[in-house]
Amino acid sequence: MFTDSIATDSMRLLIVEDDRDAAAYLVKGLKESGHVVDHAKDGVEGLALARAQGYDVAIVDRMLPRLDGLQLVQKMREEGNLVPVLFLSALGDIDDRVKGLKAGGDDYLPKPYAIVELLARLDALVRRRQPEQVQTRLTVGDLELDLLSRSAFRSGQSIDLQPREFLLLEYLMRHAGQVVTRTMLLENVWDYHFDPQTNVIDVHISRLRAKIDKGFTEQLLHTVRGAGYCLRAVP
Amino acid sequence: MRFLNLFRTSAFRLALVYLLLFAASAFALIAFIYWNTAGFMASQTDETIEAEILGLREQYSSSGLPGLRQVVLERSANVGSGLYLLANSDYSRIAGNLTAWPAAPTGRGRWVDFTYDRVLSGVAERRTARARHIELLGGFQLLVGRDVHERREIEDRIESALFWSAVITVGLGLIGGLVMSRSQTRRLDVINRTSREIMEGDLSRRVPLSGADDEFDELATNLNDMLDQIERLMSGMSEVADNIAHDLRTPLNRLRSRLEVTLMRPATEQEYREALEAAIMESDGLISTFNSLLLIARAETGEARENFEPTDLKSVLADVVELYEPLAEAKRISLKSVSVKQAIINGDRGLISQVVANLIDNAIKYTPEDGAVSVSLKLQGEQAVVEVRDTGPGIPQAERDHVLRRFVRLEASRNEPGSGLGLSLVAAVMRLHDGEIALGDAAPGLVATLKFNLRD
Repeated sequence: MFTDSIATDSMRLLIVEDDRDAAAYLVKGLKESGHVVDHAKDGVEGLALARAQGYDVAIVDRMLPRLDGLQLVQKMREEGNLVPVLFLSALGDIDDRVKGLKAGGDDYLPKPYAIVELLARLDALVRRRQPEQVQTRLTVGDLELDLLSRSAFRSGQSIDLQPREFLLLEYLMRHAGQVVTRTMLLENVWDYHFDPQTNVIDVHISRLRAKIDKGFTEQLLHTVRGAGYCLRAVP
Repeated sequence: MRFLNLFRTSAFRLALVYLLLFAASAFALIAFIYWNTAGFMASQTDETIEAEILGLREQYSSSGLPGLRQVVLERSANVGSGLYLLANSDYSRIAGNLTAWPAAPTGRGRWVDFTYDRVLSGVAERRTARARHIELLGGFQLLVGRDVHERREIEDRIESALFWSAVITVGLGLIGGLVMSRSQTRRLDVINRTSREIMEGDLSRRVPLSGADDEFDELATNLNDMLDQIERLMSGMSEVADNIAHDLRTPLNRLRSRLEVTLMRPATEQEYREALEAAIMESDGLISTFNSLLLIARAETGEARENFEPTDLKSVLADVVELYEPLAEAKRISLKSVSVKQAIINGDRGLISQVVANLIDNAIKYTPEDGAVSVSLKLQGEQAVVEVRDTGPGIPQAERDHVLRRFVRLEASRNEPGSGLGLSLVAAVMRLHDGEIALGDAAPGLVATLKFNLRD
């Protein structure tokens, strides 16, 4: 039920961050997670690297010397560069988040952040990039979700889900094999951008787990310690 | 120098403009009366002279020169203001009370203003007169006139009175303007002096009232009220600074000590790992306290009002209740909600959700197992009322106001997790929405009541 490491595919990452120490820690953390990382210390250098190399995700600080983070991403988008962008920002306001997404960013993480949170979000961004065909049916192992009839089955047996449980399971299944953090769930399933004092998400997950995993030897919904959850079937 | 400054005050300029207008209109009025009166008196004199000439002409045509001479003699003998002189064609005197033909140029039918010497009781006096010169058939010259000395004197008096009253009006007006601007400047000086003292750092200074209850007193009262509010905000801010110091320093100190103690002696990898994990947890707590602080600060500045939009409280409550329902169930607490169909207010959905989540979170946290938490939404006149009721221990009456202020946690709950910012955040968000929050006794337990103004 517990998984200690976060196994993700190796990614080519661009970090545009002017604070040298922060960048060094971030580069180290990401390299140790098995990714290939380039670092640019300002917006102009970042833009040059983004033009020259193909990256899976660009991690861009909002406030940068020479070329501001928002302008950098706007320029990239104007030039037809569609690399997913995750903004890091010391400005954690809802307004700033909206500005970041409007400028062409794909996700927004306020500082200070946990590296596991960043890794989970990077993973989600990379996989989202793959063309998303209109699916009517999601499958993980012997767990099936019918998006049209809004019903769920495990080994052919029907599972009774509340509307929100359905949304929760749908999100987990769309990100099957990836680590999904509590914050990601709150943002995407509930559309809340604040941190409830008690970890209400855990209770929702254990309720969902009781519905999909109880009575089965193979557990699909895993807790990733210190990070979040992961829905996956052993291949 | 100060006196020159006085001329530059707006009060003095206003007084000056008013004075000029007033003096001009007073002048016009008096001048009109004067010219009318003087003109009337002059025309009366001329009419009297004309009437006499008519009489004397008739006398001359009916009884000839001797008759005319007789009448002139008779009239001249009367003591009055009538003046007569009958002369030959060479202007030598025949009869009359004038001794000689006037030196001023005359001519037939012409009016003449001249002076003559009047001898009364042996004293000669030079006087002013007005007359008309007539030539009779036969070449005789006749001058008929009136002594206008008194009239001219009155006119002179009025003229000089006019001049002096103008001088006095302007002089008094100038002095009045100066006095008026002086008194206004003096009262403004008091306000300016107080502002300077406050700018120099003494925020306890206030503008004194004159007691006249006029617009200056109103200005002073408004300034004083504003200063009171600024002082309240400033002391609030220093209270915040104290509280930040307390609530951030304590966990920072804990974090630092833990790391320091771990390094004091060699430890196993497992021990280091545990210490680091504890440090990460501690810093997460700090981050969340810090975020709450920022949110409270932002709510207090009112900046977040820009994001206000029509929001249905019913759906906000339903979503939050749904979020907490499994948590309540896990603790065997019944979480029920009752709501009206719709309650639209103007607000920030995210912040209101957070407020309601906070209250429900607290209610579940402090309610023992098998208890109950109920949430209700009602309409009361122009307000939407949200109530969160629990069956926990409640909050003693004396501490209810206290917990709505920043950072306060009840001593009894000091050791439970949480930053203690929950209720102060609720209070700040309610202030942002011009709403109210009240804590009451649900006997047993606590009831938190939120009142929002409905959108009109």
